[in-house]
Amino acid sequence: MTEAIERPAGDAPPEWEYASAPESTDVMRLDDRYGLFIGGEFVEPKSGRWFPTISPSTEETLAEVADADAADVARAVDAARDAAPAWQGLAPSERAKHIFRIARQVQERARELAVLETMNGGKPIKESRDVDVPLAAAHFFYYAGWADKLEYAFPGRGSPKPVGVAGQIIPWNFPLLMAAWKLAPALATGNTAVLKPAETTPLTALLLAQIMQEAELPPGVVNIVTGAGETGAALVDSPVDKIAFTGSTAVGKAIRRATAGSGTRLTLELGGKAANIVFEDAPLDQAVEGVINGIFFNQGHVCCAGSRLLVQEPVFDVLLGKLKERLQTLRVGDPLDKNTDIGAINSKAQLEKIEELVTSGVDEGAEIYQPECDLPERGFWFRPTLFTGVSQSHRIAREEIFGPVLSILTFRTPDEAIEKANNTPYGLSAGIWTEKGSRILHMAQRLRAGVVWANTFNRFDPASPFGGYKESGFGREGGLHGLEPYLTFERVSS
Amino acid sequence: MHAGRYDASVSRSAEIAPRSQAEPVATAGEAARIVARTQAVDAVGLEGRAAALATRSIKRDTKVWGLELVIRCMDLTTLEGSDTTGKIVAMCAKAVRPDPTRPDVPGVAAVCIYPQHVPVAVAQLRGTGVAVASVAGGFPAGLGSLGSRLHEIRDVVEAGADEIDIVLNRSLFLGGRYAETLEELVAAREAAGPTHLKVILETGELGSYDRVRQASMLAMAAGADFIKTSTGKIGVSATLPVALCMLEAVRDFRAQTGRLVGVKVAGGVRRAKQALQHLVLVHETVGVEYMTPDLFRIGASSLLNDVLMQLEKERTGHYSGPDYFTID
Repeated sequence: MTEAIERPAGDAPPEWEYASAPESTDVMRLDDRYGLFIGGEFVEPKSGRWFPTISPSTEETLAEVADADAADVARAVDAARDAAPAWQGLAPSERAKHIFRIARQVQERARELAVLETMNGGKPIKESRDVDVPLAAAHFFYYAGWADKLEYAFPGRGSPKPVGVAGQIIPWNFPLLMAAWKLAPALATGNTAVLKPAETTPLTALLLAQIMQEAELPPGVVNIVTGAGETGAALVDSPVDKIAFTGSTAVGKAIRRATAGSGTRLTLELGGKAANIVFEDAPLDQAVEGVINGIFFNQGHVCCAGSRLLVQEPVFDVLLGKLKERLQTLRVGDPLDKNTDIGAINSKAQLEKIEELVTSGVDEGAEIYQPECDLPERGFWFRPTLFTGVSQSHRIAREEIFGPVLSILTFRTPDEAIEKANNTPYGLSAGIWTEKGSRILHMAQRLRAGVVWANTFNRFDPASPFGGYKESGFGREGGLHGLEPYLTFERVSS
Repeated sequence: MHAGRYDASVSRSAEIAPRSQAEPVATAGEAARIVARTQAVDAVGLEGRAAALATRSIKRDTKVWGLELVIRCMDLTTLEGSDTTGKIVAMCAKAVRPDPTRPDVPGVAAVCIYPQHVPVAVAQLRGTGVAVASVAGGFPAGLGSLGSRLHEIRDVVEAGADEIDIVLNRSLFLGGRYAETLEELVAAREAAGPTHLKVILETGELGSYDRVRQASMLAMAAGADFIKTSTGKIGVSATLPVALCMLEAVRDFRAQTGRLVGVKVAGGVRRAKQALQHLVLVHETVGVEYMTPDLFRIGASSLLNDVLMQLEKERTGHYSGPDYFTID
């Protein structure tokens, strides 16, 4: 006889708890140490320094990673410079083959990449599995397709040529995806690259380096140097032809100063304080999902996060009620559990920054709402948080929190919504929720934001350009626009 | 059968919902306003949310409890012109004891049949805790004369049906004749009296989620105990987004009136996995309060054996062949 099933007593248990469904980490075999990826090989750092990289959900050390100093960065830039002529000389269709091969390998090893991304960065496995990794592969596929069609991409501009060596510095919120956003267009346009991942999340970039080895990308075409701010500064100061940076506005400004007058090309994708604007005629239940996704996707560690909710006054009470109810159903915890909605905060430093800003919100008189939920004991966690009674002058309405914290404001007319939405030094993204098509167009024309989503939020596609206004940076990544920063145009004399 | 006649030794099925006390909360004159006031639905967002919830991973104890709830919430259905007394008798036996080798498996909530077979089913199910639900009101088109449709409803009430599944008049509703639509539903409510009333919206014919939501609001305003997706007689039936759309309507109605209206998904739910996905929608949209046969039903015929097979797999760790489950 088989054993009887244990079932909760009574007809309906007080709560239907989902049994934990952790993604297995068996697919990952991590090395103890990862060197720098230079000239197609993993090499020991000249600095002789190593630093641990941890899992923010358990605080356990996952591996040690090389800490590149200026000499290491110079070596990487030299390797990229040496590799440039042959890579540029390759037939564009051959370049495309390499990039397609990388894209396919990313798909092949999707599970491994997703698990590692979640272990190292703290984001829920359902996001790394369903968003980060598929989008990273999509970016490589998309730009591989452009490699042999560059002649036709910019009609009338002359013959496109690669700029040379690109220095690329990426943040910790989408480590693999940002590497793909940077590397795919650079490679497709015939550039070689030195990539510096963020110090808290270097591991998927290093796995990507292994993938590039397997894809037989010529040595030196992509080099990866790990380290913190000093490594990045060394890369900015080195003789590269272009810097592409995604990260904080403060660092972006420093890079702008450092590269001024040097002739180094620059694109910056920086912070944001996006307005998500809900009109009274909006599909409210879907707007709730959009607002939740807009601010709690990736624990709010998203530069284009919809961190300011602007609600038209007639639906404020209804929407707030629905939001609070929805917040109760968010599942915070082990990011490797397939049922987790909100994972760990990326680092202790970031957690402290979020806590500081939330405290300021309370001190400045905004009303805080957090759902009841248990948080794990180890690791870095923050409850999803709503603030009501927020005014434009509060710090939580002006400063980028980069965490799961939503500031809710109200408006009366479309003009007031536009005024409030634009009243920020940032201008990366915005969202509009309304059933009225003409109002979407009216608003989109007047919102000073690089991306405007209508009745959705945080949607990304490799074919769609992404970038900011004002202190959110300049230059576009993605789509046809994303090729341009990596090209120079030689005038063909007629 | 109602609470009083429930015999736990025969079936673990939940108590049947008490007699309906639902009353219309709107008059025909308000119908157009109810439709106009109904919140818009964004199809892309709705489908995205349903797809995201479908990826919830349901394992172990949660799965077992969920599968048993699926059985307890099931309206085991046969609605064929070829149904005979023999078929009905066999299905009633299956409804009471779905797995003869496993007496601990609960019985289903109800059997759902055509009016002609109600007396047979009533006789078969007396004292078992399994209810008799009958379609009525010109199922599946709902386009007979109003008089004959109401007469049919009274008929099945008299024959002893515990629950009645009627159809929305899509002809009136899609034609924008909302006052008449509501009037008909209110008349059906009156004809059903205290008998449990489900209104089938036939969502596959409504053309948009906005329409599904409007129809849901009208049916609830008319005093329906349950709103139900489909007849099972057309190609498109109970999809996850449609179920989500109706659950959101029910949630709003609860917030506005305090009354809990049930949801029945019917048609197209053939696999245990789909049924569990519907439970996840219920759980995350209207909460655990709704995870009971009083407020959630699944109308199905072939689903039951797949659920039994999954339960057996949870017990033994391996799958059995279909021949190990009875096909009544």
